[in-house]
Amino acid sequence: MSAALLDVDHVGITYTVGGLFSRRNLRAVDDVSLRLEAGSPEILAIIGESGSGKTTLARMILNLAAPTAGAIRFLGADVTRIRSNRERMAFMRQVQPIFQNPFEAFNPLKRIDRYLFVSARRFAGAHGRADIDARADKALHQVGLSLAEVKGRFPHELSGGQLQRIAIARALISAPSLIIADEPVSMVDASLRMSIVNLFKALRDELKVSIVYITHDLATAYYISDRVLIMQHGKAVESGEARAVLDHPQHPYSILLKNAVLSPDDAGKPMSPVGVS
Amino acid sequence: MLTVVCDLFRYNREFRIGALLTGFIVAFAALSFVSPYPPQDTFVVPPDVPPSLAYWFGTTSRGQDVFWQLTFAIRNTMLFGVSVAILSRLISIVIGMWSGYKGGFVDRVLMSINDTFIVIPLFPLLVLFYFVMRDKMSWPLLALAMACLGWSYDARLIRSVAMSLKSRDFTQQSVFSGMRTSEIVLQEHLPFVLPIVFYTTMNNMNWSIGLEVTLSVLGFTNIDTPTIGVMIYWANQHTAMVAGIWWWIFFPVLFVVILFIGLFLLAISMNEYIDPRSRLARMEGMRE
Amino acid sequence: MSAAGPPQGANSSPSGGSEAAPAASVGAHQPSAAVPSSAADVKPATERVLTVRDLRAYYRTKYFGVSREVRAVDGVSLHVDRNEIYGLAGESSCGKTTLVKTIVRAIRPPLGVVDGSVTFNFAGRDRDIYALTQNELESIRWRHLSYILQGSMNVLNPVRRVRQSFVDFAYRHIQQPMPEFLAQIESHLDRVRLAPTVLDAYPHELSGGMRQRVTIALATVCRPDFIIADEPTTALDVVVQKDVLTMLREIQREIRSSMILVTHDIGVHANVTDRLGIMYAGRLVEEGRTVDVIRNPRHPYTSHLVTSLPRIGDVTQKRGLEGTPPNLAAPPTGCRFHPRCPLAIAACCVEAPPLIDVVPGHRVACWVTAPLKEPVIAQ
Repeated sequence: MSAALLDVDHVGITYTVGGLFSRRNLRAVDDVSLRLEAGSPEILAIIGESGSGKTTLARMILNLAAPTAGAIRFLGADVTRIRSNRERMAFMRQVQPIFQNPFEAFNPLKRIDRYLFVSARRFAGAHGRADIDARADKALHQVGLSLAEVKGRFPHELSGGQLQRIAIARALISAPSLIIADEPVSMVDASLRMSIVNLFKALRDELKVSIVYITHDLATAYYISDRVLIMQHGKAVESGEARAVLDHPQHPYSILLKNAVLSPDDAGKPMSPVGVS
Repeated sequence: MLTVVCDLFRYNREFRIGALLTGFIVAFAALSFVSPYPPQDTFVVPPDVPPSLAYWFGTTSRGQDVFWQLTFAIRNTMLFGVSVAILSRLISIVIGMWSGYKGGFVDRVLMSINDTFIVIPLFPLLVLFYFVMRDKMSWPLLALAMACLGWSYDARLIRSVAMSLKSRDFTQQSVFSGMRTSEIVLQEHLPFVLPIVFYTTMNNMNWSIGLEVTLSVLGFTNIDTPTIGVMIYWANQHTAMVAGIWWWIFFPVLFVVILFIGLFLLAISMNEYIDPRSRLARMEGMRE
Repeated sequence: MSAAGPPQGANSSPSGGSEAAPAASVGAHQPSAAVPSSAADVKPATERVLTVRDLRAYYRTKYFGVSREVRAVDGVSLHVDRNEIYGLAGESSCGKTTLVKTIVRAIRPPLGVVDGSVTFNFAGRDRDIYALTQNELESIRWRHLSYILQGSMNVLNPVRRVRQSFVDFAYRHIQQPMPEFLAQIESHLDRVRLAPTVLDAYPHELSGGMRQRVTIALATVCRPDFIIADEPTTALDVVVQKDVLTMLREIQREIRSSMILVTHDIGVHANVTDRLGIMYAGRLVEEGRTVDVIRNPRHPYTSHLVTSLPRIGDVTQKRGLEGTPPNLAAPPTGCRFHPRCPLAIAACCVEAPPLIDVVPGHRVACWVTAPLKEPVIAQ
């Protein structure tokens, strides 16, 4: 059996909190498993509220935190065993993050094209001004922008939507096979949101990149993802094919989540009662 | 750049006053290059003459013109302060940022060293240093010694900024763009740290000048080179206050106070400009 | 005294003959019902609690030689009636937060009112909020007008217990001795289904949702005539959000106060508000009954906002809008939406369209979808 692209195998992470006299074990993630196959790109949405552990799980996949139980394997290799610089660069070439806050994702005092150029040099092996510019431009075109629009600009000169596109372009420079997107559109204006969401779809369909899409918004997850994983308090409560799970949720928490969604279609109808406060 | 300075001058009262005061002192110190008397010479003018048209600030009991002595004194004091400040900034930036970014074991070791330096009593140590060095004591050596003692407070400050920067998203973005640690620390984080460094530089200058005056007044430095403290030392040696030669002490004290106030005002006014948040607010105008 | 009935009941007005008749008809699933909505010509003026006339509030800065004028609120006129929830929707930097801050006179330089008026009607008297003295302002704040801020979960003093916050805010308005005052607080909390033990807690001991509910209880304890809620549930989880909004609506219906609810989330507006105003770049572009605005949006911006939202069960392709939100320091000429508008015509970049009634109670500002037929000027 070929190695999976990403194999999260009964992963858990426990933090110890408290001082000298009162120590508690906090299970941020508890026995979560998921699997993405290589060669068949898909979008997996991880849905959960704050405290569900979804961001912690994303950090573990990106090797920014180490699990205390279970293992995370990328293309068969355990992610926590990455030690040398070369291995780390090879890993980062394949796995890239997209952060939630586009305004925080870039250094406000520096020009934004910097990140594109450095990525081009380190990951795409570009040498010389022309080559680097060409790579950056190519990546920007894939997200609907161009180098001319972006060159020399500071982050505050651009809107949230544009910044997020640039972040995606930067992630694409190394031609990754997996992108971990942590609530990428929650801080983007509503009118610009759908173009970014459609962009992720295009990444899957045209560039064959698998995406782990973390969100708390069920409607977007329904629209974009192939499979979903719903988390609560660090545990995975339901997973499966996206439309099936979200049209007919089985687990009580999933049902609660779905009922709590406020949709514009409800205009004119009385608000249904809440399940649990 | 020039427009910024002009604007600061026009709109910011503290900057205006601070710049004028400091500029005045610097201009005064520059006069030392045209002094008619070499600084070390004594009895070149009639001693103990009160301030008058011939001798604006009067003369000392050693037969030196207070005005020209003061130009040398303030120049040397300022140079001393600047060199201590620069040297100690270098040390505190290196240690603060390395400790803040690396964290863990490196951080613990460096901060233990840091805290040791904070609690060391500086003054007895410098006095001891003088007694050990004696004739080999020179101003550069003293500056080096003070720089090695004056970095610890600010290193902690810089470390906390470095730590908060490490947790921000753009640091991770830099990591995943393939930047090396040295690049991240120097190019991404340093611009945030520099404004604080500027402010602490002014503070450090004030501190080092104060310490230098203290040591010199007590005679623990090279008393042949004129500095503010050394002038006061000689005035005390000749019991100037008792003898009524008040101008020998008054003018050095006045000028060093002007320098202190000028530097302080510059520091607090420049800070508003250099602070990243207010700079950003200015760069983007007022995004609602 | 007892808690309001089941949430379904909260939508239909509890008392007959109330001015919220259009809100009651909303429950009848007839979006284009011919019931006259709260149009200016039908309602007597005393039913109005808030009248805003052509309000303009600009940020004027001169910073290090760079002077800037940001037209955050540029000619907004609206009104809110008694026992009505008015929603304000729009994206970031559209001016909605500045508008509500200007309405409650919580602004400081460099933001200043350049033109227009804000008039409240409390206890039968019309009061221009910018003409009040500081004393008068303080006496109406919290008693008649309360404000639930954005991020107000952090408005509670972290070193004082919740009970102390209630005393700090409300004691001077509810002029009663302390034991009676505390008893009244507890019955108020009971009404909003918060346990009285919450009074003994410090803010950090409560979860985000609990804190927000305490803040709402705090803002409503004096039964004010007017409440402004600015993004009250933005940082909360989906389940908690629904709970908090239900509580907000119940208490509004119970004390029959008027409310302005500001949020960018159209789903929230659909479920909570009676009337809805859409803001873009400092101006109102559409306004009407929530159900009308959402089911039959007339302005191209509104219709994009509503149709581009994904919904569970809907797999049609959604599109984003071209372009970026305008810079309020240098907004586009004429209609501020024209650079991004799919329906833009030549007239759109020349002159800004006025807000006119296309149907009584439903105002739109667009040359294409709401051309001036007769000189019907709303407000």
